[in-house]
Amino acid sequence: MILFGRRLPAMSSLLLWALLWEIVGQTGWTFFIPPLSEVLVTLFNVIGTPAFLKAMYETAYAFISGVFFAVVIGIPVGILIGKSRLLDELILPWVNIFLSAPLTALVPVLMVLFGFGMKSIIITTTLFAIWIIILNSRAGVKQINRSLVEMARSFGASPLDAFFKVYFWAALPEILGGVRIGVIRAVKGVIIGQLLISIVGFGALFELYSNNFMMSHFWAVLIVLFALAFTLSEFLAYLERRVSYYAASR
Amino acid sequence: MIHRPLALKLLSAFIVFGAWEIAGRVPVSFAFPTFIESMQALFRLTIEGTIFTAYAETLKPLVVGVSISAFFGIGIGLWVGLSQRFEWLFSPIFIVMQAAPLAALIPILVMAYGIGLTSKVFVVCIMAMPVIVLNTASAVRNTPASIKDMGKSFLATDRDIVLKIVIPAASPVIFSGLRLGISAGFIGAILSELKITPTGVGDIITYSRSIADYPSMYAAIFSIIVLAVLFLNLLERIENFLFEGNNRGYVSD
Amino acid sequence: MSQTSDALEMPAPVETDSAVSVRNVSKNYGTVEALRDLSLEFPRGQLTSLLGPSGCGKTTLLKIIAGLLEPTSGEIEIEGKRVTGPGPDRAFVFQDFALLPWASVIRNVAFGLELRGVAKSEREAIAEKYINDVGLSGFEKAYPHELSGGMRQRVGLARALSVDAQVLLLDEPFSAVDEQNRRKFQEDMLELVRNENKTFIFVTHSIEEAVYVSDQIAILLPRPSRVSEIIRPTSFRGTDVENIRRSPEYLDIVDQIWASLRNYVE
Repeated sequence: MILFGRRLPAMSSLLLWALLWEIVGQTGWTFFIPPLSEVLVTLFNVIGTPAFLKAMYETAYAFISGVFFAVVIGIPVGILIGKSRLLDELILPWVNIFLSAPLTALVPVLMVLFGFGMKSIIITTTLFAIWIIILNSRAGVKQINRSLVEMARSFGASPLDAFFKVYFWAALPEILGGVRIGVIRAVKGVIIGQLLISIVGFGALFELYSNNFMMSHFWAVLIVLFALAFTLSEFLAYLERRVSYYAASR
Repeated sequence: MIHRPLALKLLSAFIVFGAWEIAGRVPVSFAFPTFIESMQALFRLTIEGTIFTAYAETLKPLVVGVSISAFFGIGIGLWVGLSQRFEWLFSPIFIVMQAAPLAALIPILVMAYGIGLTSKVFVVCIMAMPVIVLNTASAVRNTPASIKDMGKSFLATDRDIVLKIVIPAASPVIFSGLRLGISAGFIGAILSELKITPTGVGDIITYSRSIADYPSMYAAIFSIIVLAVLFLNLLERIENFLFEGNNRGYVSD
Repeated sequence: MSQTSDALEMPAPVETDSAVSVRNVSKNYGTVEALRDLSLEFPRGQLTSLLGPSGCGKTTLLKIIAGLLEPTSGEIEIEGKRVTGPGPDRAFVFQDFALLPWASVIRNVAFGLELRGVAKSEREAIAEKYINDVGLSGFEKAYPHELSGGMRQRVGLARALSVDAQVLLLDEPFSAVDEQNRRKFQEDMLELVRNENKTFIFVTHSIEEAVYVSDQIAILLPRPSRVSEIIRPTSFRGTDVENIRRSPEYLDIVDQIWASLRNYVE
């Protein structure tokens, strides 16, 4: 938006909303919305506490492991089914099913199979992220220009060379796009897992705050979580733009 | 001889369900019933009618929440897409919502609105709304400039351009936003039944888990996933049928 | 009017009055000058081509005449009336056809009339006539994606004709159409100019196309954009369409234009 002839930065309206939050909080309209200033003060008090750091550490651990498995399994599977028609026809329907299935419903199964702990949360995170990574890696391999493949072959590239020097790079923009969406889904997965298995990480913290009606603590943690999630997604979008500069001109 | 894709789909289903059956027979875990046991449980739940009453309960917040999200989501999305000022004001909120783990809001919603239908509807709304708003707004913004120019050059009023050009041109993307919203709404509806109060399908899952009736638990989960996938698939078919050609035909191909 | 002085060397026909006048038009995008102080007259009932290398501002000029863009300075007059925006006196044919993909051929053709509030039965009768004229009868119920590129542009042309505007503005109308269809279109254009008493303004980057269809060719050069030359072919205008490409004057003009444009090809 342009105001007085100057371009306002894209996210600047959030300041306006923060102001609105402060005003609504100051009026004491509802117990559930404390003033933003109070929340921020709480935030600085909370952020160094052992309880918060423990929750942060557990969440980061579950999230990073979950994403790691999703990437390490997802990309090769995607490339594989992109290259083999038989595997594609056998596996793709399941990928599509799990992509749109409400995966929350599977969390109780994970709970009874893998216990109320870290393992279930990691698997939940992986389940949220992996399908889109598979699908995008497959799409990336599928769209590789035929003449690029033929070029590699006509210049005598070995299959291994062709894979690492041509296929992987040609499919990279799509793969990264999939990883970006997968990571955003993983953030949601790790939180949903923790909410349902509420003895670990932020799940436990939320339980504590809501049982004791500590509203500003609650909002403080939410702000941290949302800010981290948003920063992560913007950072990945930036990386993707850096890499896919050549995607349009392939 | 049935044709290859269908045969392979059946084979694929056979392999997966077969693996489930074998894993259940081994058994890999005391809490892992076989495929056949789970299907028998599903059959029993269907005959008893339990599953139908459960779905009536589960679908209530979903339908209400998705309707509210669709109405307001498309409205806000159109506005955001058409007005720069509105875009500046509102789109950051929905962009953040899209990236953020909104499920974390559930405890607050429960505190504020109790454990009844209102909270569950809210959960469905916060899950479904962002994608609907963002899809609508970007569809509106991406209306091909040349057909808007065409409208202007043939003397369309602003109202004509919105009603006869922008909205029809945007409707495929709006519809797919709606489909993604419903998909997220399913997640929200089930999450709220598992987290807030066990009702409907969530009740079957929670109750049968507590009495270690694992076949019924697996049956309920199986059924909700099948229902969601079938419904979303149906929507996708409808989408392809309705907007066939809408996505093509802009430039020469 | 130094820019048009070259044209005086050409054996200009008896000067007819102008339907469209462009006077001292400039257009800046920020600091970029798209057009600088450009003036040009478009004779009534004739076809004028705007020809030039890419980036010479020919489409910008056409959109300014259409009222889709505002000039930074200068003015456009159509039949003595100053242009302030799109008007019923002009109809536009788009390079990418700009058809509504969700509307049938007949609704697309009648769309201009629909926007003017003409009743459905009446506008469809008019649309029917022009669908016939452009050779698409039988395709009224078809949708754009079911048509070939050439047929789609015929829909665009029928839409422009059906609003019965005095001035037709064509923005590289045949550039997205295959070669054979383009030739057919060019022949049809000549017939249209002869039969309809309208003024045509035609943007193209094809030298042969411009010489083939035009009564007057304005050559635009970039950086800064200006009219460098105006050429009026004379001898082959009256001849059969088959003979135009064999006429010595046609070949000479094509060569002459290429000679002046070749330095601007990147």
